[in-house]
Amino acid sequence: MTDVTRPGRPAAGSLLYNRTARAIVYQVVLIATVIAVGWWLVDNTLTNLRQQDIATGFGFLTNRQAGFAISESVIPYNETDTYLRAFIVGLLNTIKVALLGIVLATLLGTVIGIARLSPNWLLRKLSTAYIETIRNIPVLLQLIFWYTILTETLPRPQQALQAFDSVFLSNRGLFLPAPVDALGWWLALLGLLLSIPAVIWFRRVARAHQDRTGEAWPTGLISVGIVVGLGVLGWLAGGAPAAFTSPELQGFNFRGGARVSPEFLALLIGLTLYTAAFIAEIVRSGILAVSHGQTEAAMALGFGRGLTLRLIILPQALRVIVPPMTSQYLNLTKNSSLAIAIGYPDLVSTMNTSLNQTGQAIECIAIAMSVYLAVSLGISLFMNWYNARIALRER
Amino acid sequence: MKHSKLIAAALAAVGAMSGSTAFAGADLDAIKARGNLICGVNTGLAGFSIPDSQGEWTGLDVDVCRAVAAAIFGDANAVSFVPLSAQQRFTALQSGEVDILSRNTTWTLTRDVSLGIVFTGVTYYDGQGFMVPAELGVSSARELDGATVCVQSGTTTELNLADWFRGQGMTFEPVVIESFDESKTAFFNGRCDVYTTDASGLASIRAIDAPNPDDYVILPELISKEPLGPAVRQGDPQFFNIVKWVVFALIEAEEYGVTSQNVDEMKGSDNPNIQRLLGTAPGMGELLGLPDDWAARAIAAVGNYGEIFDRNVGPGTPLNLQRGLNALWKDGGIMYAPPIR
Ligand SMILES: N[C@@H](CCC(=O)N[C@@H](CS)C(=O)NCC(=O)O)C(=O)O
Repeated sequence: MTDVTRPGRPAAGSLLYNRTARAIVYQVVLIATVIAVGWWLVDNTLTNLRQQDIATGFGFLTNRQAGFAISESVIPYNETDTYLRAFIVGLLNTIKVALLGIVLATLLGTVIGIARLSPNWLLRKLSTAYIETIRNIPVLLQLIFWYTILTETLPRPQQALQAFDSVFLSNRGLFLPAPVDALGWWLALLGLLLSIPAVIWFRRVARAHQDRTGEAWPTGLISVGIVVGLGVLGWLAGGAPAAFTSPELQGFNFRGGARVSPEFLALLIGLTLYTAAFIAEIVRSGILAVSHGQTEAAMALGFGRGLTLRLIILPQALRVIVPPMTSQYLNLTKNSSLAIAIGYPDLVSTMNTSLNQTGQAIECIAIAMSVYLAVSLGISLFMNWYNARIALRER
Repeated sequence: MKHSKLIAAALAAVGAMSGSTAFAGADLDAIKARGNLICGVNTGLAGFSIPDSQGEWTGLDVDVCRAVAAAIFGDANAVSFVPLSAQQRFTALQSGEVDILSRNTTWTLTRDVSLGIVFTGVTYYDGQGFMVPAELGVSSARELDGATVCVQSGTTTELNLADWFRGQGMTFEPVVIESFDESKTAFFNGRCDVYTTDASGLASIRAIDAPNPDDYVILPELISKEPLGPAVRQGDPQFFNIVKWVVFALIEAEEYGVTSQNVDEMKGSDNPNIQRLLGTAPGMGELLGLPDDWAARAIAAVGNYGEIFDRNVGPGTPLNLQRGLNALWKDGGIMYAPPIR
């Protein structure tokens, strides 16, 4: 807007009618109010806690032993470790289930979303029924349902279901043979990690080659080859370790091998199935958003159904899909906090136990909230970056 | 269920952020002005606090609250009960949602010193035990190496468990569940080999919640001290004293043979201890800020400690617990009340 300087008014008065100046003043006042209210809340809280003789501060994180056991952990942990470490164990457990859940839900959701548009009547109806059922039952109930199924229907370890002599399924979880810790396995892991940039690089080369000559290499096959090859190479370089430990029933439970707990399984199944239903709808609407002319054009050019979907439809649909997908990923991560209902030791569960053992509710909840905020922002940032990358580039 | 605790904690936080603090006598004044006592109890542990078929709360912890209400108001029904999970209990007391917490809660240093609450005494001396399905054929806790143990979170139980197994050089896998019901279900479904909590709690769960009590055995070892008793907020010494001395009066009444049946005749007793207890020799009530018959009212309402024990958890009830440590000091137990004088 233009500056309105009315005749007869002092020059300073014009600042009062200056839009920018007023906006700045409003913002300063707003920020000052927020800070003042925040400060008042914090100060009042501390004063009241002190007057009520309730302990405050974050000292307990590093100078007190947690004292409670945690059933599964990505890093070594025992009850003599500090509260801080217990929190980290919980956080890693949250990240573990969230990452796996995101990958599985995306795969399953995409398949179901595509199935919903399938020309096959049965497939279409089945996927619609799936989506409508799963989306409309609260996820907490679904988790408890899966947990009850797993613990109630599976036998005790003594009568465990068994496959290949060394895979056991019981209400103590799924026990699998696991490689004995050795250099070769770590190098194999390193090989697998290195194969990611290698594949990306190879794809670029292949693309350039195709642009130049029109000849398409079987990129899929070769990519798989690179991944497997580098993994095997690492394994061989480390002396090709072949020792495995197999789970064995000893007393109450299986020992040795690797274990997937019923709590983790129930949570993973529940979150994956639930989120996949939403993702399927997103995928479906993303595909529908690509104009049908694209399909017709592709068909006219002689592309088959599969190729049309993969090369023409999905890349364009992705632009519509990614933003709502981000919020599903965030939902899945936040929903993982329902783990507490079925005893999976995630961040909220360890925070909750710490809160009860120390009585420092405000501190514990503040930590959990900040951590979820950080994790969610991390996911958002990543997805925004990805979104920007695939966004339509006008040429 | 799962959110309720978070909500309670958040409310406590909000309360702490905006509320003002109590001053001496404030809690008692508020209780008197309101005309009833708000008592935090267990969500449902038969023998300690559970609603009966008419919806009336019953149990040892419940009777303690009724006794306090009778002492203050002369009416054992001037209490409202608020069921609290293990998780909710301390925030509920801190935030003023309840006046008194009488809910099989163990008196520990951390709780007494850092939560802004004070324990007033012990109403049940307990210890932590283990319960296993009989079919496992286990007869001692020392055979539990490698077992999977169901435990409710936010309890002393969870801590003792870790301590004890480490001390024995044994391993275990904890299944820690927040909700009491879910944790029992997980155990009865066979997710765990062992359920652990206070021995009195085990007796209650076995007798009332187990599909068939005979399918479960409680192992003989007790691995901890669990003195269970009421707690109040810090900051009102007068109310603290009332709760503390009402419990002592119940114990003292048993010692001198005063029961809910004979309390009126006993007022004519010439034993000076009984006279002071029942207020025929005046003075004690005044010191507490109550009428002289405060203890007589409490005893008339719920009986002496022995009566409360027998009625709720003793032999003849489904829990079938022996007096053991909870017998009077003169009968070989450790229930002992300082003199009322
Ligand atoms: N005495 C122990 C344990 C008390 C406790 O909460 N026990 C459980 C198991 S018996 C319980 O009563 N839970 C009932 C509920 O949370 O609703 C403590 O104070 O931490």
